[in-house]
Amino acid sequence: MTPIIVILLYLAIIAFIGGIAYRRGKSNTEDFFLANRSVGEMVFFLSIFATNMTAFAILGSSGQAYRQGIGIYGLMASSSGLVIPLTIFLIGTRLWALGKRFGYQTQVAFFRDRWECDAIGTVIFALSAIMLVPYMIISIMGGGTVLAQISHVRGAAAPLIPYWLGCGVVAVVVTLGVFLGGMRGTVWVNILQTTLFLCFGAVAVLTIYHALPGGFGQHITELAANDKTRFLLTREKMPPQAFWSYTLIPLSSIMFPHMAMMCFSARKVTAFKRTVVLYPLAILLIWLPCVFLGVLGVAALGKVADPDGILLLMLDKYAPVWLAGLLGAGIISAVMGSDAHQVLALSTMFTKDIYQHYGGREKYGERAAVHFARAFIILVTAAAYVIALELKAKQGIFEIAVRYAFSGFAAMAPIMLAALFWKRSTKWGALAAALFTAACLVYFAVLQNFRHPGDVIWQIGHGKTALKLLFLNPRGDVSFWNGFMTVVPMVFGSAFSMVAGSLLTKAPSRATIEKYFPGAESRRASRSAGPAEEPMNPKPAPAYNNI
Amino acid sequence: MKSFKPVLLTLLVVAVYVLHQDFWNWRRATPLILGFLPIGLAYHAAYSILASVTMGVLVKFAWPKHLEDAADTGSMKDEAQTH
Repeated sequence: MTPIIVILLYLAIIAFIGGIAYRRGKSNTEDFFLANRSVGEMVFFLSIFATNMTAFAILGSSGQAYRQGIGIYGLMASSSGLVIPLTIFLIGTRLWALGKRFGYQTQVAFFRDRWECDAIGTVIFALSAIMLVPYMIISIMGGGTVLAQISHVRGAAAPLIPYWLGCGVVAVVVTLGVFLGGMRGTVWVNILQTTLFLCFGAVAVLTIYHALPGGFGQHITELAANDKTRFLLTREKMPPQAFWSYTLIPLSSIMFPHMAMMCFSARKVTAFKRTVVLYPLAILLIWLPCVFLGVLGVAALGKVADPDGILLLMLDKYAPVWLAGLLGAGIISAVMGSDAHQVLALSTMFTKDIYQHYGGREKYGERAAVHFARAFIILVTAAAYVIALELKAKQGIFEIAVRYAFSGFAAMAPIMLAALFWKRSTKWGALAAALFTAACLVYFAVLQNFRHPGDVIWQIGHGKTALKLLFLNPRGDVSFWNGFMTVVPMVFGSAFSMVAGSLLTKAPSRATIEKYFPGAESRRASRSAGPAEEPMNPKPAPAYNNI
Repeated sequence: MKSFKPVLLTLLVVAVYVLHQDFWNWRRATPLILGFLPIGLAYHAAYSILASVTMGVLVKFAWPKHLEDAADTGSMKDEAQTH
């Protein structure tokens, strides 16, 4: 009962924070969606980190470490610790400056202006929304599952909080928080959430260390000495191709609509400084204990029915009951932190990029846009809740969708890079890259669902010397070129489409290039006209694309 | 020296990225760092610290100061949205 009380208390605090943010808010979309671009340095870091941390970071990482060993940390955590801050540094800061200067609230608005084309924005909106919705649904499903697991008292036939109620509680609290508080409420809640995640790992490790007979060293030595478990302390069963492929997945982070919105919401560009330096350390603090305890679970508990619950089992055995409550709150906050940003991002995109873009604001006014956004939040969350209940047994479908969504968002990174740094890039290049990404997503999803593990789709040659170009690996994942993940052809194919599509079509107008690359046209003109020619703009504005 | 800075910083980032693929630890479980951390896990924990240091170097030597000015120059922000 204690864990449930702790979690309910936590959920009440979240709703309360949403209420305070509501009273502080103003009735305009910039305030509701971006907290009036006033998010300070530390809050920015805590919030952007919470945006990227899902329940997978706590439960999934330890479960995967239990199955595959310590390599999970290098596979998913340390590469993110480099690539995500790098993308925030290079892309996030430029998005912030463009948002400040031109008032953008979403990536789509920027793409539309940058390439002088409404349709490209609508295509990217549709693709982003399709990839984001399953992510939202699975967050609600995760929240319901965790609440049901934690509230299941030993010996009882059913959990105190059944799955449907757990999903409902998470959906209602997230909706209330976002509905009332908008971006301001969401980032305030994120402060509490990230603090909880960061404390959780250290507390869990210290508690288990004190309670575990023989200490960590003895159990790890036993794993190393046993031929059946030694692989857990190495990466001998992890293909190097897959390990490298995973370093491309974090490119997806900056392309998530909610991440771009966070970048728009910072008060000053200096807010990014602390974030990019602290981000890898925060990943270390959360992932290292979870991965280590997952591997340790093999030695301490042996075979368990549900590896994803290994942390809960470890704490159940070695930690006091209040810590289970804290763990539950940590996991629920991980679920809700990312879910809240997804809900807010979807409603922002729909309100700004579709409703307002196609004349809604002129017709109904600014205040109505916020009401419309709130109505959209309720609608989307209700739909996600119903789907989460209906498809409980088919959770795998959404896991697949989420897995491909990461590859899909990563494959859209070349579009953003071209928009920011390549003045010759065109709408046709962007459209080619977006359509290539969409086609890959559909094709790989079809293969995943209709072919069997081990099936080879394309290969060169025959027999043992054949080069497998496209196949399903023994775990059923679509793989490319003897073991690379699908993200590899998707990212490079998207980049190629962007470049080829742009070079084959007419460049954007000089006015647009001058708007986003100030001074570029005047430099070009003075080069072609010789030194006597007067430049178009003697004092060009500072450029966004300087590195 | 100024023109070398972007090259050096790019090389630093590429070197750190390459160091992620630590093939030399692939099949090694030992030594156990601090008596309990397998070498592969300890390496990547240290790698996270290296990533933080790398970002610190980029912030120090390649911070895009011009963006503050760029954001304020000739603001075309839609005023109606903030009213």
